[in-house]
Amino acid sequence: MLMIECPHCGVRPEGEFTYGGQAHVPYPEDPQALTDEEWAQYLFYRDNPKGTFRERWVHSAGCRKWFNAIRDTRTYDITSTYLGAAPAEANSTQGAQ
Amino acid sequence: MGSPHRLASGGIVDRGTSRTFTIDGRSFEGVAGDTVTSAALANGVLQVGDSIYRGRPRGVMTSGVEEPNAFVRINGEYGESMQPATITELVDGSELTWEDGIGTLDQSVDPAEYDHMHVHTDVAVIGAGPAGLAAARAAAATGVRVMLFEQDFALGGSLLGRPNEVVEGIPAGAWIEDVTAQLEQAINCRILKRTSVFGSYDSNYLIALEKRVEAPGTDGVSRQRVWHINAGRVVLATGAFERTLVFAGNDLPGVMLASAAQNYLGRYGVLAGEQVVVFTTNDSAYGVAADLAAAGASVSLVDSRASAGVDDPASVDVHHGSVAVEAIGSDRVVGVRIAPRDGDIQQTQQLPCDLLAVSGGWSANVNLHSQRQGALHWDDDLLGFVPSGAVRDQSLAGSVTGTYWTDGAVAEGIAAGSAQPDPTTAQERRTGSGTTDGLWLIPSPAGDFDTHFVDLQRDETAAGVVRAVRAGMRSVEHVKRYTSISTGLDQGKIGGVLTIGLLSQLLGEHDMASMPAGQPGQDGAEGGATDRSPSPGAIGTTTFRAPFTPVAFAALAGRARGELYDPARVTPAQARHVARGAEFEDVGQWKRPWFYPQSGEDMNAAVARECRAARTNVAYMDGSTLGKIEIRGKDAPTFLNRIYTNAFAKLSVGKQRYGVMCGPDGMVLDDGVSFRLAEDRYLMTTTTGGAAKVLEWLEEWHQTEWPELDVFFTSVTEQWSTTVVAGPRSRDVIHKIAPDLDVSKEGFEFMSFHDTVLASGIPARIARVTFSGELAFEVNVSGWYGEAVWDDITHAGAEFGITPYGTETMHVLRAEKAFPIVGQDTDGTVTPQDLGMDWVVAKKKKDFIGMRSYARAGHVEEGRKQLVSLFPTDPELRLPEGSQLVTTDNTPADPLDGIAPQPIPMIGHVTSSYRSEALDRTFALALVRDGRTRIGEEVMASFEGRFYPVQIAEAVVYDKEGARRDG
Amino acid sequence: MTTAQGSGQRALPPHPSFLWRNPDPRNSYDVVIVGGGGHGLATAYYLAKVHGITNVAVLERGWLAGGNMARNTTIIRSNYLWDESAAIYEKSLKLWEGLEDELGYDIFFSQRGVLNLAHTLQDQRDSVRRVEANRLNGVDAEYISPEQVKEVCPIINISQDIRYPVMGATYQPRAGIAKHDWVAWGYARRASELGVDLIQNCEVTGFDMDGDRVVGVRTTRGNIKAGRVALAAAGHTSTLTELAGFRVPIQSHPLQALVSELHEMIHPTVVMSNHVHVYVSQAHKGELVMGAGVDSYNGYGQRGSFHVIEHQMSAAVELFPAFSRAHLLRTWGGIVDVTLDASPIMGLTPVDGMYVDCGWGTGGFKAVPGAGFAFAHTIANNEPHELNRPYSLERFVTGELIDEHGAAAVAH
Repeated sequence: MLMIECPHCGVRPEGEFTYGGQAHVPYPEDPQALTDEEWAQYLFYRDNPKGTFRERWVHSAGCRKWFNAIRDTRTYDITSTYLGAAPAEANSTQGAQ
Repeated sequence: MGSPHRLASGGIVDRGTSRTFTIDGRSFEGVAGDTVTSAALANGVLQVGDSIYRGRPRGVMTSGVEEPNAFVRINGEYGESMQPATITELVDGSELTWEDGIGTLDQSVDPAEYDHMHVHTDVAVIGAGPAGLAAARAAAATGVRVMLFEQDFALGGSLLGRPNEVVEGIPAGAWIEDVTAQLEQAINCRILKRTSVFGSYDSNYLIALEKRVEAPGTDGVSRQRVWHINAGRVVLATGAFERTLVFAGNDLPGVMLASAAQNYLGRYGVLAGEQVVVFTTNDSAYGVAADLAAAGASVSLVDSRASAGVDDPASVDVHHGSVAVEAIGSDRVVGVRIAPRDGDIQQTQQLPCDLLAVSGGWSANVNLHSQRQGALHWDDDLLGFVPSGAVRDQSLAGSVTGTYWTDGAVAEGIAAGSAQPDPTTAQERRTGSGTTDGLWLIPSPAGDFDTHFVDLQRDETAAGVVRAVRAGMRSVEHVKRYTSISTGLDQGKIGGVLTIGLLSQLLGEHDMASMPAGQPGQDGAEGGATDRSPSPGAIGTTTFRAPFTPVAFAALAGRARGELYDPARVTPAQARHVARGAEFEDVGQWKRPWFYPQSGEDMNAAVARECRAARTNVAYMDGSTLGKIEIRGKDAPTFLNRIYTNAFAKLSVGKQRYGVMCGPDGMVLDDGVSFRLAEDRYLMTTTTGGAAKVLEWLEEWHQTEWPELDVFFTSVTEQWSTTVVAGPRSRDVIHKIAPDLDVSKEGFEFMSFHDTVLASGIPARIARVTFSGELAFEVNVSGWYGEAVWDDITHAGAEFGITPYGTETMHVLRAEKAFPIVGQDTDGTVTPQDLGMDWVVAKKKKDFIGMRSYARAGHVEEGRKQLVSLFPTDPELRLPEGSQLVTTDNTPADPLDGIAPQPIPMIGHVTSSYRSEALDRTFALALVRDGRTRIGEEVMASFEGRFYPVQIAEAVVYDKEGARRDG
Repeated sequence: MTTAQGSGQRALPPHPSFLWRNPDPRNSYDVVIVGGGGHGLATAYYLAKVHGITNVAVLERGWLAGGNMARNTTIIRSNYLWDESAAIYEKSLKLWEGLEDELGYDIFFSQRGVLNLAHTLQDQRDSVRRVEANRLNGVDAEYISPEQVKEVCPIINISQDIRYPVMGATYQPRAGIAKHDWVAWGYARRASELGVDLIQNCEVTGFDMDGDRVVGVRTTRGNIKAGRVALAAAGHTSTLTELAGFRVPIQSHPLQALVSELHEMIHPTVVMSNHVHVYVSQAHKGELVMGAGVDSYNGYGQRGSFHVIEHQMSAAVELFPAFSRAHLLRTWGGIVDVTLDASPIMGLTPVDGMYVDCGWGTGGFKAVPGAGFAFAHTIANNEPHELNRPYSLERFVTGELIDEHGAAAVAH
């Protein structure tokens, strides 16, 4: 059971949240302009790091707001949760697409 | 009382309160405060169930959760197996059976209740031994909320076995009472006895099981309770487990851990033996020998070490530098052969005894620490894996750290409770706890290891470990699996470290190259030494996992059973459906009326009648389960244009439109009709099962991709109740209940809606929309009035013979019109185009979710499965839904007797299949590869090995021109 | 074949007195397989046995078969919906049926049958669809009534009054369970005998490339030249492919499982319910073995969240009242590598000489023989076997997916 700090509601148990996978993978500006390979990257490919991961959660049983979290996929430690763009210090190798 | 081994005084049992019980049919008497084993031992019963595979006699080995031998089945209203007798509180009238290491499940229904509690606390102290009590006292003194968890039914931990030891200047027994009284008086402290914290998860989330024997059988009181605890800080004062020693016959009844013998004496006033040999490798057993001697036993002490860190106890015969090489006896120990530790093991001397108390050193109980990935390391002096420091927001206190003396444990408890650093240095710990001889395997005079038990419960000996190493096993995980050591109910609480110690002696230098890294406690894994010479630290331990102690499945299920297992959702008119005798179908979490059989009707007859009513007269159904989401904001039109495959921005106010939404992969996710209530306001309906998912979908796209859009979403599924009135005479019914409304064809256009007030005075929104092809109206009212409006329609329709219909009839009617059901006619691999709904996919939009995917090769090539209808050649044959379709070329000449000998290519399958009253024959919908180009083709439907000819036809089979919707 | 009959107290026979050598890595191998789990070991065995390629090393970061191979619920079945899935899992099942003889190892393959329960009308439709597809694909399967379910598994509650009653089930009689460690060790022993070097404590830290071609592997036990490199590292595959410069569309999630203590035999078959998330069998020693649902988040921690276990227990006690006072003895987690279409990836990669086998999700154990067989073929011929041709990386670009979860497949 992870304890997750919703930026709006505070620390709540994992059961109140729904996971949303990798953060900062925006919907392409113009999907029709992409090649099949590029579109496949958007559809199916996500980073899967062993270590620091910027990921999305939504507080489904609370404020229902999406937010981002920086979590270590080995230890499950969540070092921060935030809204919008990634904090500068989190610019690791798992860059935005 | 006839309890020959119970002393006249001593311990914390209540000799005045008798407890009678039976084991294996024999009656005994114990006293309040006994466990099953203390009462059994008091009655001279040492032997328990036999060993699981070898059928060897076994006896009580411990006095705690680590017990490998003494398991009972508690018989009664509902039996429970595999209870460690050492921790089973003796209940008056218990009927018990010794078990041989394997349980029997009761096949009746457990009548007991179980529940769950969720709490927050500032400090959770786990374990109420000297360290835990001191920690709770210190924490409570700071004013924060404290919870103290103790798995036992008495507080005090190991001190209970040493009541005369002096703690903070007073005898231990008095000290326990004193601290307990302080904690009970502190309003900020809660003590939970009989509560085992068995799981430690991220962020100090603890799970514990409370056995609530204090209120047995009381109606409405749970038998056990699972606690979910959010703790600001955790103090682990979980103690340590004594280890046995590995010598020949070390499993005979009468071989017992030294600390257990002390505990039975000090806590229960039971002297388990009168002629005792204590065999030890460390100082801790010296006090045991002294206590047993003081209670009147004749005691010899065998110490493998040449000298001890403490004085020899009075009136105890001490053999330094000696080891027990063999326990003697057939069904219980009658003596022990001892020999010089470093000399000729054939030079044995025999000591008679009726109890052999052994101490092979201590293993810190690091289970909960390690569950949190807390670091461990091997300490050669303490001869055990000990924590390398607490995990974040946790403290460790007492013998879990390797501090095996009471003053040290209390000092650490005080520090931990008040959030101070660990006051004991590593050096102090080693000095204070004394040294333990690293004696892992004691050869026997006979030369074999066949009765040198390492894991008694699994009946595994040192011989098995030797064999594992010879087979090439290196990792302790492989040895565990090769032998099954540590897989029993005690999960290796005693045998785990014994095995690792043994391995460190059996492996050579070169073997260590293949020793896998990454085990808990392994050198290097946590920044420690990386010397690869064989040692327990170079091997590491197996992984500690929850639960620390076993937990009944039913306790974990808690209240989420029966009606409360995923509670069903019902509509406001549920009582009416029940009264009409409806059969129900589970759709998502909802119970929906499936059909309404009248007396003597089967489902087919009921559905046929309901279909006829809707097609020829008037019928009504409860549509309230459809998901409803209100969408508001000035950018709502833009938003819906992106979500749906078709256009919604230009939908007029007062009109509705059917829409399909897809994933980015282009596959159909959900569908439904949306109302435009105002320029900035829509009401979207979704499938019954998809409502929650769709709301999440909308919110996700809005918040994460298009936050600049002014739009927001509110679920209003329960706020609205919807009754569908369908059929040629539906207009008459609606006119009666809503006399103010112009329901004429011209006045109330298809796909429009009007707000009105019903004759009953209930405000309503009435829409003209059809899912059957018939003239139909949807009456939407506040959920509060759902039942009343259902009744009003029932009464208004009575003169027309209005008939309620359920989901099955709805499915038949919609299938005749080829309206797909998402999830039945689609399966996540189907596009709108595949459903024949190219018309719903906008061609002029710049983009919508899913659009890009339709340009991929897999979507433009031939071979996609398309929705078509099927007409069986036999018009009475209703194909089972799920039947597969094959071409006539590929159909075997004869029915298949069993499976196809060679794969037969399939071209599709039946998704929906019904008998149509309107067509007076059966038909089906199917997804067929290139189905639309096969229209007119005969193919074969395969079911249970037989093949039935069917003809492929256009999807819509009834009223193709759409003439019926206006009535 | 071993059956579930007999006393719970039957001790399992001992393992062979010798299993495998523990050699130091050599400088060079024709094939280096990264990952010493079930797939890696089976691949090595078939490379040696079928293709005569014996200059092979299997590199294992930890202990052999210590990943998902040691953590799964050992269910073996082939009753998958789609042709592509049925083909490879049925090939696997046929290999399972001969595996004890093939490996000379009693792997306790027990064809006690698997029931996949249906609890809703849609479950029924999906079940019939799958059964009919199975039969035409040569996979034994039948759809049976609740009463027949009760005959196969007398302890199951088929009362129609429970929240999600049993409405029927698919039944594959040839399906069953095996003992996972024994399977892995059977392959390991034979591979070792055939000359394959099984190298533990050997983590791959990088690849040596010559242009687009892989020529070697860097490890914590030194650099090793390699003619071909095959990745069989399940949840850790993305970490490896990143080192090799390409991506695979998998996500690694915790998947938990659990066992009870030993009980006298009570549960004669395997019961799976996707709807209420129960997957349970009773292993040969008598413990109940259960799989839980996949945890939602990405994770390499080999542990999950406890509420997933609690949820599973509720469903289990509803379906099996006799489990009420069975006791949870141990929980653990594996790392499942999940693709977006719930189907594996096996084949060539953008790197010449490098092959990948991953994405098996919850199906990896049952696939061990079939996957090893097909992957060995792929490596030996530098071309996919017919069985794994559909499982290319390209399918994610063309959209020709094999969507097993979209099509109501069942996990585990």
